[in-house]
Amino acid sequence: MSQRQITFEVLRYNPEADSAPWIQTYSVPCEEEWVILDAINYIKDHLDSTLSYRWSCHMAVCGSCGMTVNGEPTLSCKAFLRDYKGSKIRVEPLTHFPVERDLVVVLDDFMEKLQSVKPYLMPKTEKPVEEGEYKQTPRQLKNYKQYTMCINCMLCYAACPQYALNPEFIGPAALALTHRYNLDSRDAGRSERQEVVAQHEGVWECSFVGACSEVCPKDVDPAGAIQQMKIASTVDWHLEHLMPWRRK
Amino acid sequence: MSRNPYMRVVPKTTWYLRNGRYLRYMAREVTCIFIGLYAIILTMGLVRLAQGPDAWNRYIAGMAEPVALVFHLVALGFACYHAMGWFNVTPKAMRIPKGDGFVPDKTIIGVHYGIWGGVSLVLLILMGVL
Amino acid sequence: METIQSDVVIVGAGGAGLRAAIALAEADPKLRIALLSKVYPMRSHTCAAEGGAAGVVKGDDSLDLHFDDTVGGGDWLCDQDAVEFFINEAPRELTRLEHWGCPWSRESTGAVGVRPFGGMKIMRTWFAADKTGFHLLHTLFQTSLKYPSIRRFDEVFTTDLLVADGRIQGCCALEMRSGAMLQFQAPAVILCTGGAGRVFPFTTNGAIKTGDGMALAYRAGVPLKDMEFVQYHPTGLPGTGILLTEGCRGEGGVLRNKNGDRYLKDYGMGPETPLGEPVLKTMELGPRDRLSQAFWHEQQKGNTVPTKWGDCVYLDMRHLGEQKINERLPFVRDLAKSYVGVDMVSEQVPIRPVVHYMMGGIHTDIHAATPLPGLFAAGECACVSINGANRLGSNSLTELLVFGRRAAESAAAYVNSDAPPIDTAAADRQAAEAEARIHALFDRADGGETLAGIRTAMTDTMETGAGIYRDEALLTDTANTLAALRRRQGGIALKDKSKVFNTELTQVLELACMLEVAETVAVSGLARKESRGSHQRLDYVDRNDSDYLRHSMAYSQGEEAPRIDYLDVVITKSRPGVRDYSGAKS
Repeated sequence: MSQRQITFEVLRYNPEADSAPWIQTYSVPCEEEWVILDAINYIKDHLDSTLSYRWSCHMAVCGSCGMTVNGEPTLSCKAFLRDYKGSKIRVEPLTHFPVERDLVVVLDDFMEKLQSVKPYLMPKTEKPVEEGEYKQTPRQLKNYKQYTMCINCMLCYAACPQYALNPEFIGPAALALTHRYNLDSRDAGRSERQEVVAQHEGVWECSFVGACSEVCPKDVDPAGAIQQMKIASTVDWHLEHLMPWRRK
Repeated sequence: MSRNPYMRVVPKTTWYLRNGRYLRYMAREVTCIFIGLYAIILTMGLVRLAQGPDAWNRYIAGMAEPVALVFHLVALGFACYHAMGWFNVTPKAMRIPKGDGFVPDKTIIGVHYGIWGGVSLVLLILMGVL
Repeated sequence: METIQSDVVIVGAGGAGLRAAIALAEADPKLRIALLSKVYPMRSHTCAAEGGAAGVVKGDDSLDLHFDDTVGGGDWLCDQDAVEFFINEAPRELTRLEHWGCPWSRESTGAVGVRPFGGMKIMRTWFAADKTGFHLLHTLFQTSLKYPSIRRFDEVFTTDLLVADGRIQGCCALEMRSGAMLQFQAPAVILCTGGAGRVFPFTTNGAIKTGDGMALAYRAGVPLKDMEFVQYHPTGLPGTGILLTEGCRGEGGVLRNKNGDRYLKDYGMGPETPLGEPVLKTMELGPRDRLSQAFWHEQQKGNTVPTKWGDCVYLDMRHLGEQKINERLPFVRDLAKSYVGVDMVSEQVPIRPVVHYMMGGIHTDIHAATPLPGLFAAGECACVSINGANRLGSNSLTELLVFGRRAAESAAAYVNSDAPPIDTAAADRQAAEAEARIHALFDRADGGETLAGIRTAMTDTMETGAGIYRDEALLTDTANTLAALRRRQGGIALKDKSKVFNTELTQVLELACMLEVAETVAVSGLARKESRGSHQRLDYVDRNDSDYLRHSMAYSQGEEAPRIDYLDVVITKSRPGVRDYSGAKS
């Protein structure tokens, strides 16, 4: 197997010792089929055991190992070294999040926002389990399936300039999940979720840069979800104000 | 407490210079200014028309000046860029079910271009250009 | 040290832990539930399960058939009362998950679809394309957000169980972001910490699967049951060990050796079935242990393909066509393309057996209760046992749900009736000791050992000695090596002195867990002088029901190797017989 010596410039920040982050370089003998995460693991095991980062599945499904690689939000277990030319790679924590330590960022904000959009099924009437499943055709499944694929890797928040400028913005992943439940034929909870979605910090903070969808490793297309929700909210507003007799 | 999370600063005025993706977005947004400017010029034309034949003729003459022509060309270019930028992202906002899937992005974008071309053609015919 | 008072503490927030938390919140909204996990819940390894979850739902199926498949698949080492309970509950749990929004794949009528799976006589595996575990986990996690009584402690690493007066008093945990120790006082603790595949070098398991909960229970005196039974999944991607779901074979994929032969026909799983017409419980739809063992034999015969990642055979999916692969198996297509550069639509995928699942685990009874009052366990970390000597694919996702809920109900009943009040003085004392022990790790002298060095030595010896085929000499050597490594780990000095998110510290704690768990695998394997299911001995090639129709029970003896005892298997209606995967009508 052929090897390639690559210099990794890694952001380091130890809150107990550093007043600000700094860059440490490591020279890593890389195998050709490695991903970025393999090189980071090599550093941890052989060069510097004090480097902190998150990872687990190494198959792009647990969403732990999002990092900024050469300025781009990246899932490091699915970023192949063969796609990086040159002898230097810079690895930093995801942008727009506070840095806890080294490559580890603070995710509290997202966890709160996710909870706020009520990402769970709210059926019109609860059906007893004994009566079996809700019927849902493949067509109805397909309507929302794409938006179930989010692994909460946070690359979209790291890519979103609106989230950077206004941290109150609910943000791409949480809104895409809202849309996922709204579109589910078994769900009747849309009006309950609208409270958060239709506010200024909801869909209207999005200016459709589209960066979230470009970096999404699972093709969830949060930008699309948000635009569709804007349209639905607009239709709601017009129906309510122009056809007041339709109001309940 | 040993924690002390570090918040990296995002430049409030120059953030869009950070990468090409943001620049393209800003270009799409900023080009709308030219459409606005063109709308003002058109409105001025209406005002001149209301003021009588002399004012209108001066306006028409002004529009034939090289500066005005250059402006129109530039505005047309930016208007096209702006419109195309939006056409290309419309499929995201329009998911139209069809059969087992959805109407393909290319079709949605194509229909937009088609309508644009069609309307332009009709206008040009009405104006007697074609 | 901050002390948190709870009624039930759940350690681990994967499928089983989340299911338990929801069941507790639903059972009694007044219960104070603490849900601890060393990662965020959606990072739990349940998300990596691909193929599906088994439950009888279709008209052509029956509970008895699922029972027979499971017990025979487990080579009669399953506790049959537990299997009966499991199979009865399975359809209800899967339906409940549907009611919570799980995007199960559907038939054109709108009913939930099922797919064939290895060792199952009838199609009964519910699936969500090839990301079933992912959808199951996220559905549970998102549903759990509904319940205000579930208080989550994310990225909190449990270091100790608090035990006094012969019962559980809570646990102690390290908050990773601050480095502070937290004490949780609770009369009941449910362990849902998953398996320990990371004790092997080549595994489908994520980095977090280090057997922490197994080790916690083991140190507290609870036996680890049937630890010698380690499942190799027959189709892992070489190099990374990434799982290619059994659904690949369920949909019609076949295995070929270097000559293009469907070699499984030579190992009692033939006759060869026509391409594109998979026959249940035959050939590629045989059980995982048999398929992985067949690979080993092919390797001995020189019929495997040498690759840069070691010897492989081929998974051939080409006859399925692009449309079916995209609809049913889009994720694995992408994985194979990305990680080995092979598009399964047009090429054969190199694969090899890979450590996937621990059949063994914390000994529990049918109520998910361990012998230690107040301590419960569910999921892969537990051994109920429904999986026996070899788990059938798609039984484990269902097991998470059925026994996650069962553990919660048992814990709630225990808390509401039997549990005496917490001995706070004893709990405080133990928590202080635990904290002191963690602090002492920072001051350890450098004995010239490294974390990576010991971990690699552990995984190497496990592969050599406790792999698909084992014998006395290999297992003895592995057990000795592990005992030595357990002693040597004290020579690892922490270079990272920081409190905040110190992953070197958590890795040292995980390594200690893995070494203890690995030792129980080797020593239990050494003691079982027969071949059964996934435990194959070259020196004892036959199953020996007269001596070993029993669960092995590994008891901790502190620094020493475990003591192995035995417990009879519960048999209700199925006497041990011949495992037949030859396609003969049964």
